[in-house]
Amino acid sequence: MSTAASTPAKNYLNDPQGLRSWLLTRDHKRIGLAFLVLIALALALGAAFALLIRTELAFPGPTIVSSGHAYNRLFTLHGTIMIFLFILPSIPAALGNFMLPLMLGARDVAFPRLNLASLYFYAFGMLFFLLVLAFGGIDTGWTFYAPYSTGTAGPVLLAFLGVFILGFSSIFTGINFIVTIHTMRPPGMGWFRMPLFLWSLYGTAIIQVLATPVLAITVALLAAERIFGIGIFDPALDGDPILFQHFFWFYSHPAVYIMILPAMGVISEVLSVFSRKHIFGYRFIAYSSLGIALIGFLVWGHHMFVSGQSPLLGMIFSALTFAVAIPSAIKVFNWLATMYKGSITLAPPMCFAIVFIMLFGIGGLTGLFLGSLAINVHVHDTAFVVAHFHYTMLGGALMGFLAGLYYWWPKITGRMYSLAMGQVTAVVIFVGFNFTYFPQFIIGSRGMPRRYFDYTKLLDQHPEFTFYQMVSTAGGFLFVGGLVLVAFTLLRSLWNGKPAPANPWGAATLEWQTSSPPPHENPPAPPVVGDCYDFEGFEFDETIGTYVKTP
Amino acid sequence: MDSTAAAQNADHPEAPLAHVADARVLVAVFAALIVLTGITVAVSYFDFGVFNLLVALAVATLKAGLVAAWFMHLRYESGLHLFIFLAGVAFLSLFLLLAMLDSVQYHPDIQTWEQRK
Amino acid sequence: MTESSPHGEGSNHAVSPHAHLAHHFDTPGQQYDSARLGMWIFLLTEILFFGGLFCAYAVYRANRPEVFLDGHRFLDKPLGAANTVVLLFSSLTMALAVRASQLDRRKVLVCLLAVTVLCATVFLGVKAVEYKHKWDHRMVPGQARIEAWFSRGPKDVTPGNEFRPDEAYVKEHLEKAGYGNLDKEGLARAVKNLSTFMSIYFCLTALHALHVAVGIGVMVWLLVGAARGRFGKSYFTPVDLAGLYWHLVDLIWIYLFPLLYLIH
Repeated sequence: MSTAASTPAKNYLNDPQGLRSWLLTRDHKRIGLAFLVLIALALALGAAFALLIRTELAFPGPTIVSSGHAYNRLFTLHGTIMIFLFILPSIPAALGNFMLPLMLGARDVAFPRLNLASLYFYAFGMLFFLLVLAFGGIDTGWTFYAPYSTGTAGPVLLAFLGVFILGFSSIFTGINFIVTIHTMRPPGMGWFRMPLFLWSLYGTAIIQVLATPVLAITVALLAAERIFGIGIFDPALDGDPILFQHFFWFYSHPAVYIMILPAMGVISEVLSVFSRKHIFGYRFIAYSSLGIALIGFLVWGHHMFVSGQSPLLGMIFSALTFAVAIPSAIKVFNWLATMYKGSITLAPPMCFAIVFIMLFGIGGLTGLFLGSLAINVHVHDTAFVVAHFHYTMLGGALMGFLAGLYYWWPKITGRMYSLAMGQVTAVVIFVGFNFTYFPQFIIGSRGMPRRYFDYTKLLDQHPEFTFYQMVSTAGGFLFVGGLVLVAFTLLRSLWNGKPAPANPWGAATLEWQTSSPPPHENPPAPPVVGDCYDFEGFEFDETIGTYVKTP
Repeated sequence: MDSTAAAQNADHPEAPLAHVADARVLVAVFAALIVLTGITVAVSYFDFGVFNLLVALAVATLKAGLVAAWFMHLRYESGLHLFIFLAGVAFLSLFLLLAMLDSVQYHPDIQTWEQRK
Repeated sequence: MTESSPHGEGSNHAVSPHAHLAHHFDTPGQQYDSARLGMWIFLLTEILFFGGLFCAYAVYRANRPEVFLDGHRFLDKPLGAANTVVLLFSSLTMALAVRASQLDRRKVLVCLLAVTVLCATVFLGVKAVEYKHKWDHRMVPGQARIEAWFSRGPKDVTPGNEFRPDEAYVKEHLEKAGYGNLDKEGLARAVKNLSTFMSIYFCLTALHALHVAVGIGVMVWLLVGAARGRFGKSYFTPVDLAGLYWHLVDLIWIYLFPLLYLIH
């Protein structure tokens, strides 16, 4: 166990060696790293589509696409790639896979081969979506609403198959995490001594295994309808299109909690470490992870208020939607209480954690607007909704992912990046993000529809739309520039970064007790597992450049 | 922490990892399942109106319970597996109930539209 | 990790449970518990997967009871009942097989697994008979499309009139069931209802049959392993897990059979 600031000669990256050992690896650390690389590629691809969309919308009329049909394909690909290939797997599959066993002092996850299968399923799913791209894309929206999706031309079946396969990747990860947390905790680590990141992964895994199968059957039925013409969802064939929406959103709403819960887990870790203060309200945060997971299953109809869903169910879902905000709010209050009178260090992970709280706060609050039936009628299918989910998914989940990436980068790669650059990226991203999406709240509430490429006809009533769209586009480019800067900062550390010590941040969770990067064989858990949020006795030792715990 | 008592003794090479089912019990369960199948088929030749569905589901649930309890050993294991099984059924019921409630509510609108066609 | 044994029954007394212990587990008990828990969670996903189809069934049944009133008359109750018995029996043999593996009874295990595979194959055979019957009377959803792929079938198929069952057969069957003489309009309505019923019937039973087929594959793999003496008192987890899967397949059929074949 090395605390000296030099990269250990043998670590999981070079031990064992050879392509075969990587392709057939059962080491959760290698699998996590492979996921990280792939989802970063997905992010880049999704961001490219985002910039195309923003370029198109900067000017009222057709700008780079000449038909709505082409524009449909842009936002469909943006949405499907970002949701299925980036955000859903991002924290659980990349960071979770890497850190979960280390945080438990375990040698691996419960089912290492299943983990490898999850990786390969993800890779195949990605391949299918690349094929969809190669065949010209699809125009259904990421929501695949029937009967349009069952009748429209294009490689829709490939997309359905891709989603189906990616679903399995998600389910396998979920099964692995639940079992690992149940059966492989070290002696002395009861449920309430686990790091909160693991609680969040546990809640996420519950959603993954309960909700994803319903998505699977939904796309299977869509495929059957498309291939065989069976009439389950198509009204022309005596089907029920609202039933489709029930099916789709039963998964897709809990899916957003798959996206946000792990990010919240990261925030709990980061805030505590960089405030040098025990997390406030551990049990509340732990229970709220479960609460979000469970209540999140009760609110899917809030995507369907204007679909033809009955008013009775509209009321039920609206009330439950207000309820689901409560556990999230509980977390925010506990985080703020953690920071209060803490000794704050604005390292890049902390910057992103603070950005998370601000942006997710806005995103979450606007969710309440949308959950209110009367308001929803006006803002459904407008840019208001687009802004809401980008504030929560990007301002929330992505910021959590970046915070986690900055936090655990030294552990994963054994390198320290430039902290100053990291802080700069946080500022650039924060500013760029707000310029991109805040105007969309404004124009959305004034009636700017989503999924429209040509808003010339709206300019009579709302001439200001062009200005706001241009601001949004400028912000978008700045934001993506910030992401590029993040990639640059982190990747540069691989060449120029100082070797990372075992514990550069002074954290008390178990993954920091092994070298950076960790060895191939995980070290065992210590005989006495202490409180993972107790920072007493942690001193920064200048001579070796790391935090050490003085007994 | 969540292992069965038997499994916790499993460092002992001779101790069983899990409960071994009694063959006679298994055959008895099978016989019961056949009897119940016979009942459900026989009952289907009569018309009990709205109770048709309830009777069929009740018998099916009883059969399912027998399979789960004895064939799948739920009776002899920690409550976690039973909890998982019931949780699945509970969430499924939630989905079914709300979807059905909704469709029953908006169906009259569809019927009106169909009649007007 | 196969072990041969000098003993007649192929018992594994000579090998300690730790021979099967994966490197990341501390005790065989932990490994076994993890495997069982993982399998139960997988079963949970299967419940939710099929559950979606049951939801479609429920919604249609609640709103269009006439679909089911007519539809189930075209299913062969005796065949369905026979299949139920076969599947239940295979569940018994599977449960006994798990028991045999726990007691180191290799020959018994192999026999029981073989019987289970046989029953499962019979089940699929009966389903094939039923499906063929539907095909012959043109009651399979998408039949016209499938035929068109092979350049067969009627030439005047357009979306909306694809489902064209053998009308004489439908009429005769419904009239025998006491519907009285069906006029053109009544027949058209019956055909529309039948289309929806057949869609649901085929989705449910085909997905189930697919799971049976996968089960057969798994059990054949177990059979090979059992014949080689891979499973015994200290390591029977794969048999146990496959058993759980097979019982779930049985469970689903326990609900499918009355809901599709019996209720009216």
